[in-house]
Amino acid sequence: MTAATLAGRADAREAAETTDTAIRLQGIEKVYRTERIETVALSDISLDVRAGEFVSIMGPSGCGKSTLLNVMGLLDVPTSGTVVLNGAPITSHGDRDLAAIRNREIGFIFQTFHLIPDLSVLDNVEIPLLYRRMPNGERRRRALAALDRVGLGSRVHHFPSQLSGGQQQRVAIARAIVGSPRILLADEPTGNLDSQMGDEIMAILKDLQARERTTIVMVTHDGHQAQQTERIIRLFDGRRVN
Amino acid sequence: MLASYLKLAFKVLARRKFFTFVSLFGISFTLTVLMLATAVLDATFAPAAPESRQELTLGNSRAMMFKDGGNRWSSEAGYLLFDRYARGLGGVERLSIYASPQAVYSYPDGRKIQSFLKRTDAEFWRILDFTFLEGAPYTDADVQAARAVAVINETTRHRFFGEKPAIGGTIEADGRRYTVIGVVPDVSRLRTAPFADMWAPVTTAKSDSYRRDLMGGFNAIVLARDRSSLPRIREEFNERLKTVEFTDPRNYDTIVAPLDNKFDAFAREAPFSDRSDPSPQGWKLRLGLLVAAVLFALLPTVNLINVNVSRIMERASEIGVRKAFGASSRVLVGQFVVENVVLTLVGGAIGLVLAGLLLRVLNASGLIQYADLSLNLRVFAYGFGLALLFGLFSGVYPAWRMSRMHPVEALKGAAR
Repeated sequence: MTAATLAGRADAREAAETTDTAIRLQGIEKVYRTERIETVALSDISLDVRAGEFVSIMGPSGCGKSTLLNVMGLLDVPTSGTVVLNGAPITSHGDRDLAAIRNREIGFIFQTFHLIPDLSVLDNVEIPLLYRRMPNGERRRRALAALDRVGLGSRVHHFPSQLSGGQQQRVAIARAIVGSPRILLADEPTGNLDSQMGDEIMAILKDLQARERTTIVMVTHDGHQAQQTERIIRLFDGRRVN
Repeated sequence: MLASYLKLAFKVLARRKFFTFVSLFGISFTLTVLMLATAVLDATFAPAAPESRQELTLGNSRAMMFKDGGNRWSSEAGYLLFDRYARGLGGVERLSIYASPQAVYSYPDGRKIQSFLKRTDAEFWRILDFTFLEGAPYTDADVQAARAVAVINETTRHRFFGEKPAIGGTIEADGRRYTVIGVVPDVSRLRTAPFADMWAPVTTAKSDSYRRDLMGGFNAIVLARDRSSLPRIREEFNERLKTVEFTDPRNYDTIVAPLDNKFDAFAREAPFSDRSDPSPQGWKLRLGLLVAAVLFALLPTVNLINVNVSRIMERASEIGVRKAFGASSRVLVGQFVVENVVLTLVGGAIGLVLAGLLLRVLNASGLIQYADLSLNLRVFAYGFGLALLFGLFSGVYPAWRMSRMHPVEALKGAAR
């Protein structure tokens, strides 16, 4: 049985579970064109991620893992193909529409944390809520709860530079979950951390999945961490290989 | 959200001290100069005593007499022109004819004192609302009788009389001994109509030859009954000037000496105005001032735009994060414009303080006689408006560039 046949069977199984699908990608292609060359970053990617599932994406550098995550997160628009989030197909690619969906449905965790150095931990965590109509008090309450959730309730007035890498990533997780999104997209969340801190972050992510039924898609190079997720999606040269 | 923007704006300014210093230096210097200019314009043209009724007055301080193919003579008009053609205009409540100030010298106790003497009629004191600190103005009877009486300003009072009483005292000037009958506050030289050190009846001139001159040495100011009369007064006077009888018709057959509002009258003196055109010339000065202000502000604005663009590129990662978590391009434009407006308003506040200090220095320097330049509410409002405009202009383009950043590229820390 070839890898392509296996992948086809897996797709058929995923398609049957449409009612409980958090992310559905159909025939996704992403091509970067310049005046001289055309680079195919993703080619014919179709996959479903069930609501509450913890999936990892693996593959060698440059195989399109981050591009795939960006397409799922509506940070990048595919050249062709369809993205369906929580049952709603993404039909508009307008800036405001995509921003509103990202704000409501998705939380991001980045390898390099991307905390704003001028803002305190609390202010950083509040960012997603700034773009919702919400009273200041409610915003603050939710941000404090999110920080408590990641065990940083005592560091709310610190600045990112005063925290360790692991603590910064926990702040980033608090920022990602503060708006209660149904989907978390993590791009190598432990890539800049030592193994102990990496395990701590994995523990938080697994806990979120278990308790909140949050759908998590994580790009990683680390096979050990990928094994802790429910399913591994493998990419090679912009194509699915499992 | 605005509170969060403001908080971040101040934090960014505090953290990037060198950038903040360079930006604030440019902004505050520019706004200081613009606010100084605004203060000078305000002190010159805004209604204030003794020109409180400025919106009801018209005046002339520049005339041109000419003939196509003949001579051209541009100077102040003569007494005869106003006396014969400006009296009895419809809608005019009062008319005053007064000479331009003349430097006169006095030698009390061996000291040489230079004063500016302005000879006027009695109506002058009824149109301009001087506050009399002592005594009273001269009357029509004083003027008719050519009585050598004078009103002096506070500085002249102090220079001639010190602590002694001034009323009833005498000042010898321009070959005559004047008895002081009134003292008024100093009036800035910027207010050309009321300005002088001494005022005396027009009839105290050495000869009455001025009464026969169409051109030279005199200004006029009229007080209209109401604002709606102003265009009619202008028009009627211009019509009357078409009937002027010229003493030398071979060389002159036209005279232009329109009654303008204060700004237009001032503009008529400017080199670029067409003095042979009776229509108001103020728009040229307005345009000139606007162009000068824009050119002056252009360089620092362009500089601030450049600094902002590079600063925004430095914050690409923040832009990426905000976009990822739901900020639309429009919201981000708002955020960065607010930041820039905060910066320019801080610069405006520094500029306001600097302008206030410089105005004090300018007032004390005597560069402009009796200058009383100040930062009143109007100047403050102009300054605030200028800072706001400056902030918007220099913030919108960089913010727009930033908002166009692709979120993925922004997160990588570079613009596409």
